[in-house]
Amino acid sequence: MNPTLPAERRHSMPTRLRATARSEWVKLWSVRSAPTVLAATALVIVAGAFVLCSGYRSGWASMSASEQAAFDPTFTSLRGIELAQMLIGALGVLAVTSEHGTGLIRATLAATPQRAQLLTVKGLVLGAVVWALSTASSFAAFTAGRHLLTGPVPHASLDDPGVLRAVLGGGLYLTLIALFGTALGALTRSTPLGLTTLFGVLLVLPLTAGLLPGDLTDTILPYLPGEAGSQIWHVKPPSPHSLTPWHGLSLLTLYVAASAAAVLTLHRKRDA
Amino acid sequence: MIEAQGLTKRYGRKAAVSGLDFRVEPGRVTGFLGPNGAGKSTTMRMILGLDLPTSGTVTVNGRRYQGTVWPLHQIGALLDARAVHPGRSAYNHLHSLAAANGIPRSRVEAVLDQVGLTPVARKRAGGFSLGMAQRLGIAGALLGDPGILLFDEPVNGLDPDGILWIRTLMRSLAAEGRTVLVSSHLMSEMALTADHLLVIGQGRLLADTPLNELIARDAANRVEVRAVDHHRLADDLRTLGGDITLKPDGTLLVTGLDSASVGELAAARGHVLHQLRDVTSSLEDAYFRLTENSVVYRTPVPA
Repeated sequence: MNPTLPAERRHSMPTRLRATARSEWVKLWSVRSAPTVLAATALVIVAGAFVLCSGYRSGWASMSASEQAAFDPTFTSLRGIELAQMLIGALGVLAVTSEHGTGLIRATLAATPQRAQLLTVKGLVLGAVVWALSTASSFAAFTAGRHLLTGPVPHASLDDPGVLRAVLGGGLYLTLIALFGTALGALTRSTPLGLTTLFGVLLVLPLTAGLLPGDLTDTILPYLPGEAGSQIWHVKPPSPHSLTPWHGLSLLTLYVAASAAAVLTLHRKRDA
Repeated sequence: MIEAQGLTKRYGRKAAVSGLDFRVEPGRVTGFLGPNGAGKSTTMRMILGLDLPTSGTVTVNGRRYQGTVWPLHQIGALLDARAVHPGRSAYNHLHSLAAANGIPRSRVEAVLDQVGLTPVARKRAGGFSLGMAQRLGIAGALLGDPGILLFDEPVNGLDPDGILWIRTLMRSLAAEGRTVLVSSHLMSEMALTADHLLVIGQGRLLADTPLNELIARDAANRVEVRAVDHHRLADDLRTLGGDITLKPDGTLLVTGLDSASVGELAAARGHVLHQLRDVTSSLEDAYFRLTENSVVYRTPVPA
């Protein structure tokens, strides 16, 4: 009856955005799934460094000279990201589809009818949390690898060329994957469909591309979203056809931006 | 106030709602009555900007819902009581909605108290009974202290205590001068709660009328009369323009004449009457006559 709003608050855009962000922040932390998945992500990234680095240390002597020359200690320490990206991507998908599955989206949109703003802020809140956590986890994994790769096994230091970029790149890559998952969730509005699409793009596409005849693999594989984006946390390029780290990350950013644009265009016309 | 003009929603070629024109006024409970599938929920979703009209408009306080910056202060809605994340506590569910409209936590506690959920505020909403879930949904609608409230089938699945509670709440919200629109397919409930009715069938508005008038209009000129010689009386009444149905017990149901004309005719022609009474109509009767031709899913009535 008596909207107790200070008049100056009514049409101020920053205030509106802050309110949406606060709401999404409360939602993120008030169910068990997000904190659990985020904790699991940190664990997978750090544990990956322990498992892989101790494996290389014990098996180093039996590796061929070319394998030893291609060894990338930074990438090996960070390689838990390959598993972590599935968790983070799924978290992004579920951030949207869980609201559609329960019907909560109607209450959410009734409180925030600005759909483009709602989805953008939802992605940004999740993205910021994922960035902070996965950047910290990448540093932790790198530090663990640094201590485990001893003796004859080469190790990297943050001062070496490209190493700091790769460690920071782990956080950037997973943030983009979280946003990609969020966009897929908003496009499909269905948990099974969203997850299938996500895993299809991140797992099945690279595997399929790898099965193609050599030339075709080299033409297609480097441009797939996961393969392109993951160059940012490599120090040595895995293949001569790989994109450079920043080109690869830019291409992944482009994929994410395109899916976000599709979401924002469609959302104007779709019924909730 | 809610105002719809030519509001139409099509899904493919099927029209869920077509050409609705109505105004929902403040200070009274407006019942939105119609059989399942009549288009009540679709209309409510369009009011809230969740579904977009194929054509026509609907405005809340003169504005499209999507253009409202802090909508919870204007309109509060209970659409589906189960539309909560089952793993989130009642408090956090409301807190997240409140935060989205800059509503302080103190208000969350106040509405929890108002609906009687304070003792279970920290429990997961997934474990709530339907009655508790309805209360949580209503708490959400009340969060912004809005001037307009929408309730979609609020008494579904509630026990008598819960029904009485919601009825009293809706009446008091309207008495405070708010606009209250409540949909239901339960005519008995509407008869007790609503002041004004919008009756909808197959997506079309069948009536927009005060509750009393709908019942009165439907009951007007229907008289039951028992006479010694009911065959002769029936013939006489027909000459006066009445439409007569003869019941098995010999009672005549007369439509198109009021009790005064029937009594005068009987006296003039020397009929001995044993009974003469106006037939009172229930909302249910009125509703069925209005929706007779617009029920989507009708089950065959056993003979």
